[in-house]
Amino acid sequence: LQAAAAPAGEAVPPDQVKFEDFAVAESLTGVPGDPQAGAEVFRDRGLGNCLACHANSAMEEELFHGTVGPSLDGVGSRWEPAQLRAIVADAKKVFGEETVMPGFYSLNVGANVAKDRVGQTILTAQQVEDVVAYLATLKE
Amino acid sequence: LAFSAVQAEPVDETLSIDGVEMTTRAKAQEGLPFDEVLSGWLFREAETRQLEADSFENPGMLYVERGEEIWNTVEGPAGQSCASCHGDAAESMAGIAAHYPKWDADSQRPINIELRIDKCRVEHMGLEPYKFDSDDQKALTTYIKHQSLGEPVNLDLAEGDMQSWWERGKERYYLRTGQLNFACASCHEANSGLYIRADHLSQGQANGFPTYRLKQADMVSLHNRLRGCIRDTRAETPAAFSDELMALEVYLTWRGTGLSVETPAVRQ
Ligand code: HEC
Ligand code: HEC
Ligand code: HEC
Repeated sequence: LQAAAAPAGEAVPPDQVKFEDFAVAESLTGVPGDPQAGAEVFRDRGLGNCLACHANSAMEEELFHGTVGPSLDGVGSRWEPAQLRAIVADAKKVFGEETVMPGFYSLNVGANVAKDRVGQTILTAQQVEDVVAYLATLKE
Repeated sequence: LAFSAVQAEPVDETLSIDGVEMTTRAKAQEGLPFDEVLSGWLFREAETRQLEADSFENPGMLYVERGEEIWNTVEGPAGQSCASCHGDAAESMAGIAAHYPKWDADSQRPINIELRIDKCRVEHMGLEPYKFDSDDQKALTTYIKHQSLGEPVNLDLAEGDMQSWWERGKERYYLRTGQLNFACASCHEANSGLYIRADHLSQGQANGFPTYRLKQADMVSLHNRLRGCIRDTRAETPAAFSDELMALEVYLTWRGTGLSVETPAVRQ
């Protein structure tokens, strides 16, 4: 892994993530993502819940894949990890304000956030790194 | 693959209930971003659609029957039933609910059928308002709305201050809420026809409420459904009949102008 922005164990806070050219070049944690943990975050309805909107043939055993977003088959061949990190951390920085994809590591959220979620991101910085590592395994 | 789901279009079928044909597609009101408004019925699976089409099978009809009992039951210090004043609901209430919410001059706000019932309970019968979502509230509301089965939804926005409540409801419809940052439009406008996991997204119309939901095996009121959709954005949920939800009900009902009242609709 190249240039890590944060020393291991210390995450870049969500409002300090650097988006450049639709990418976030540096790891959010300095700890390499774990693709297996990332697959669990991807699948878990309480965490990424990515299947709500995206089909993923690598998870064929899961019933009901959503169609709100594009299929993520081969997504690791279409995008660099730095771009995937930007998409997962805050899709609005990549696709524009109108996208319905939530920002998983962003505090740019909607009105009246549930009290127990105020000030929190949907995923932790490390969970984002794990998901990015998993997405990178989804090759054509 | 089972899920490489092809966008499932709303079905091209007609819905008749007890020989009455429902309007499930209507020309959209000016300003809406689509040509046609579509009943949620068109987005449901064949078995669910069939349950609504057959009054003998429709589990929501039990609530209609229960509502009829309440209608005819004397309750409270005034010693009256709904029927004491309104007689046969099939006549006195025919078509009425298709034009709710209505402006209420006394409270200077729009009221829906639930609140109208409470008004009669309090003012004419000496009773307390119903507890939100009590079985009797749902049954009586379902019964009254059912007297408008087939009637096209049509609000009078010229009454009182209805227009400003409509504006407020519209703002709320497009307001993104919660940690997930979704507006009603994120799901029911931008993505209707698509699947969010197993759920086929409809336009989120109000014309079938209260609806019988198979998932909950129970009648679901409109404000219960709205609270659920808002909670799913990971936002604080507004109280039933709050200004926020009444404004949303006015605007949402208007969006479905021309669709038949389908109460009790059946949904998944
Ligand atoms: C509520 C819907 C929704 C959820 C949940 C969601 N996405 Fe998305 N995603 C979208 C949409 C829609 C797009 C397409 C961008 C656009 O046009 O707005 C997209 C685009 C993407 C892309 C780019 C795909 C490509 O080929 O261009 C990636 C990668 C992605 N999402 C990953 C994820 C991951 C990982 C998760 C879960 C952690 C996730 N998404 C959760 C809706 C969603
Ligand atoms: C003592 C008389 C009385 C009783 C009892 C009574 N109501 Fe009413 N109700 C009225 C009056 C008066 C109105 C107002 C009519 C109007 O506004 O034109 C009304 C209006 C209504 C309306 C609105 C009709 C419309 O045209 O918009 C509904 C619905 C209704 N009542 C339901 C009920 C129900 C359900 C009950 C029993 C829980 C009930 N009422 C009991 C007197 C009564
Ligand atoms: C994250 C997605 C999402 C959001 C945001 C959302 N809904 Fe829904 N809504 C659903 C799903 C899924 C259903 C069930 C399937 C269907 O009927 O579309 C549903 C159903 C409904 C229904 C019942 C439709 C019927 O025919 O029975 C109504 C009404 C509704 N929504 C209104 C709203 C309103 C108003 C808002 C905003 C306050 C909203 N929804 C926000 C996902 C959402």
